[in-house]
Amino acid sequence: MDSSTPASRSADTRPVRVLSPWGEAWRRFRRHRMATASLGVLGLLVAAVVLGPLAWRVPIDAIDFSATTQGPSAAHPFGTDDLGQDLLARMLYGGRISLAVALAAMAMAVLVGVTVGALAGISKGPVDAALMWLTDLFLSLPQLPLLLLLIYLFREPLKAVFGPEGGVFVLIVLVIGCFGWMQVARLVRAQFFSLREKEFVEAARALGATPLRVVWRHILPNALGPVIVAGTINVAAAIIAESTLSFLGLGFPPDIPTWGRLLFDSKDHLDIAAHWALFPGAAIFLTVMAINFVGDGLRDALDPRRVM
Amino acid sequence: MGGFILRRLALALPSLLGISVVLFTVLALAPGDPFAELATNSNVPPEVRVHLRASLGLDDPVALRYLHWLWALLHGDWGFSFISRIDVTTLIWQRVPVTLGLIGSSQLLALAIALPVGTLSAVRPYSWFDRIASTIALAGFSLPTFFTGILLILVFSIKLDWLPFVYRSDVEMTGWRAVVEHVRQAIMPVVVLGLFQGAGWTRYVRSAVLDVIRLDHVTTARSKGLPEHRVITRHVLRNALIPVVTLVALQMPTVFGGAIVTEQIFRIPGIGSLLIDAILRNDTPVIMGVTFVFSVLVIVFNLVADLLYGLLDPRIALR
Repeated sequence: MDSSTPASRSADTRPVRVLSPWGEAWRRFRRHRMATASLGVLGLLVAAVVLGPLAWRVPIDAIDFSATTQGPSAAHPFGTDDLGQDLLARMLYGGRISLAVALAAMAMAVLVGVTVGALAGISKGPVDAALMWLTDLFLSLPQLPLLLLLIYLFREPLKAVFGPEGGVFVLIVLVIGCFGWMQVARLVRAQFFSLREKEFVEAARALGATPLRVVWRHILPNALGPVIVAGTINVAAAIIAESTLSFLGLGFPPDIPTWGRLLFDSKDHLDIAAHWALFPGAAIFLTVMAINFVGDGLRDALDPRRVM
Repeated sequence: MGGFILRRLALALPSLLGISVVLFTVLALAPGDPFAELATNSNVPPEVRVHLRASLGLDDPVALRYLHWLWALLHGDWGFSFISRIDVTTLIWQRVPVTLGLIGSSQLLALAIALPVGTLSAVRPYSWFDRIASTIALAGFSLPTFFTGILLILVFSIKLDWLPFVYRSDVEMTGWRAVVEHVRQAIMPVVVLGLFQGAGWTRYVRSAVLDVIRLDHVTTARSKGLPEHRVITRHVLRNALIPVVTLVALQMPTVFGGAIVTEQIFRIPGIGSLLIDAILRNDTPVIMGVTFVFSVLVIVFNLVADLLYGLLDPRIALR
């Protein structure tokens, strides 16, 4: 003990910056240059979609037959579609819907995934086996055909309950969320398996904490890192899923121009109006790629085992 | 190995049953009565309607209805298309080979990209090649198939006019020219699907090879004086492929999703475009049939992956 004291004292004289766990994560995140740049791009995209319609006040459904399928110009920076509607305004509006769907679907997937994973992780034996069988079953379901089937069967009744736009929104969020939770559940379960044997959890249990408190206060916060990473990737997957549905003509109705819907409308006019497809397509690509890079950076930052 | 195959088959059956339960539940929960039309039709007396319902078993308990439905499904009795009045099984069997051909050739293309690129990236991690390849892979992985399809059509069909953008199964040429024509019209769909999967797989291959390449047996192989290419192919790749096979199997549902989109863009007459057409025309028997076929295909591919897994890693088969 004596011999170690001078060493630690000399260590103390050096200026050591103490970072909180989140500060440490942020430091590791910034080392991933593409991820940092992507965070900026993502911030710009979100700002454009949220604030853009306030600045660019062209209505999304102003039909102008004197200016159909025009390329980019000063009056219409992203050009117009076959009814002369301004594409910039439509994309800003559609981006809100696309992002809102993706975030809501991600929230649902994470909620279901954490619940299933936590249940499986704290209960040994048959409950765990049954939940994991369910997870594996969902992983081996053909997602897109089932998404299409569910939308085909449930679109009309939900429209009756929530209105034409709300119904499609609720349905798409529900079905995308229903098929995105499996990865989260597996991650959470794996984390629970290693964490629940740790000394601090045992100590909490010995102090008389209820199982719910042990899970909520002691295990879940420590299992959060991989969940955040998986949630980020889920947002990208949900954006692709929503635009795929809209692209197949089975997502939102034409008066809600999400990016996928714009692509669907543009695909029969490729020869005369390429810009109509290029702008929304590039928007989807840019958003999804930025989110994937941020996910990569978050993995470096929050999952210390993977850092080399 | 025989016992291993049997065990895997026995494991696949419950998942098949599980999927059939999911499908039936969705169908049973779906609102709308198949006899709604008859109910509003005043020409049909109520007694007849009740009789019809009873004869078709619609008033039976749910479990019994499920068994009836499953029995018919297993006997190949999938009903008739509402639109074309053709047997659903005939309709699907005509189109399955096209879809399998598309998926198969795009998988080969994806493998041809992912294996060399992923391995080279992992052999020299954080080199220029690795950085560029990883960035491109992540970009390719973020490009949705419907946008790549549109981009390729724009460049190669509209601007350059090199390739046809509508797939035609009735090419009116014969001999070699017909073969060439078929290949020409298959290039873009296969590239769209293959690039998307190849980008994802490159990431898997890279991280799997990185995990293996630092193990002791690789150092041993090198210090024995084996040439580097032999170390990589025989000692690294074979071990690295084991986790890759699992990840590829997990990706199968996504691959089928991509195939549906690709078929729809290029109007390829496969089961994916059949599904979309059926949905747009409210053709329920066809929709159910195609969804079930997709589920079976996913399970079959998972089974194949499991068997490959056993082949690559004899420890699994022995367990």
